Amino acid sequence: MSAPTEIRVRVAEAEAVTPAIKRLKLVPLTSTPLPDFSGGAHTVVHYTDGPRHVRNPYSLMGSPFDPSAYQISVLRVPDSRGGSALIHDGVHEGTEITITSPINLFPIDRRARRHILIAGGIGITPFMAMTAQLDREGADFQLHYAMRDRASGAYWKLLKSIYGHRVHTYFDDTNETLALTRLLDGQPLGTHLYVCGPAGMIDWVLKTAREAGWPEENVHFERFAAPPPGKPFQVALARSKRTIDVAPRESVLEAIEAAGIEPQFLCRGGACGQCETAVLEADGTLHHNDHYLSDDEKASGKKMMICVSRFEGARLVLDL
Amino acid sequence: MTAAMISRPVYPGLSPDQYAKTHLILCEGEGAAAVLDMAAKAPKEFFSRALILFCPAGTGYEPKLAALSPKSLWVLPTIATAMFRLRGVLATATMGTRVYAAGTEPFIGSVLQETLAVGIDHKSVFTEHRGSAKRRVQCVHCKGCTDDVTASPFTCTHCGLTLFVRDHYSRRLGAFQGVCVDAEVPGEVPPVEELYR
Repeated sequence: MSAPTEIRVRVAEAEAVTPAIKRLKLVPLTSTPLPDFSGGAHTVVHYTDGPRHVRNPYSLMGSPFDPSAYQISVLRVPDSRGGSALIHDGVHEGTEITITSPINLFPIDRRARRHILIAGGIGITPFMAMTAQLDREGADFQLHYAMRDRASGAYWKLLKSIYGHRVHTYFDDTNETLALTRLLDGQPLGTHLYVCGPAGMIDWVLKTAREAGWPEENVHFERFAAPPPGKPFQVALARSKRTIDVAPRESVLEAIEAAGIEPQFLCRGGACGQCETAVLEADGTLHHNDHYLSDDEKASGKKMMICVSRFEGARLVLDL
Repeated sequence: MTAAMISRPVYPGLSPDQYAKTHLILCEGEGAAAVLDMAAKAPKEFFSRALILFCPAGTGYEPKLAALSPKSLWVLPTIATAMFRLRGVLATATMGTRVYAAGTEPFIGSVLQETLAVGIDHKSVFTEHRGSAKRRVQCVHCKGCTDDVTASPFTCTHCGLTLFVRDHYSRRLGAFQGVCVDAEVPGEVPPVEELYR
């Protein structure tokens, strides 16, 4: 996988879909068309507002068959590190921002006999593109979409109007729950399951599917962990011969980038493995917050994913 | 040419899936012994949810398989007839079914072709290689497949070229790749080695 290239885009539309969700339509500045993407792909938005930099991954939610624009949805997360709020408040129609070329870590398995998509809240966004692709390809699919309530849920009316009975909605405030065990029972062999939503929902779906005897190869999920805040620490970079301070609400990757060093990254959410970094010395505890390294690798203390993981202790030296 | 080829399949061995609701077990010849070995480590009720498709290939394992008291035991004379039955079972099978395949590589390859066709990733099928190391080989020149190849080089049964058997494997075809061994100097053929008995 080559490193993503950066693309300058202009916000052609900025629509408040719900009080907390803003849909942005992004168009290229030049006549060069945007790169093709497939359902499930994401881009990393790089937005600068004075001294503040944000790089957040967002799923592309437009149709993969519409090359004229990308669409993303930005949820304003309360208590977040401020990145989503910065984009939510600072980006308007006409704003120019930088994005990376799309990367797909959550692709459709086109060998599947049937596709069952399960979304929770803002986790609907990759499925917006996937349903468009599956529909166009004539694939057998169904979408199950759980939301807090009718007002805060995005796009469910639109999805129902396009895909009709293939879209099933569940609203927490009226106690509608997805009967997952029953849904998984009796599906034709070769059905694939996709889930995107809050961590607790993903864990529940993975566990329920495993206990229903679904092979792990048939269950796909995407979770981007936001870099969790923690205590400040210092990191020594062996190759650059630099020592960098990592602030409480900053990731190692962000701190290193702020110092002018550009390590490899793709998802910035602990999922893709691109920013895997060798730990040369760690006198203290590594806090692994990624979903990429195996438990054994985490326990070995030899590697860390610098986009989300942290350190607590006397001295950390990375091979950077 | 023994350098590790990433397409060379690995067969990790059969082990019971504790969560599966149905166990769809395909075995051929000595592959039945792998199923009997798995029975030793499987919970008691395991075979009450098992469907077994068995190609004896000259072996006498049928009574031992029957003694496991599977829900169904079908004995089929050839790989082709077993695959026809497998397609029928797959057409109505539901998620929660775990597929197991044990036997020679051409047999396992045939099973993986059928399961792939209904959307099952090859890693989801538990496999164990038992019995002969014979191979199915596709001639890269005429595209014909030759079954039961035990030596390299060998003569393509379709076009007659002398083929060197490579470890390069195609899951789609369930076959190894055979390449003309005397293309530069026709007739200059290395000695035949019985590599895949």
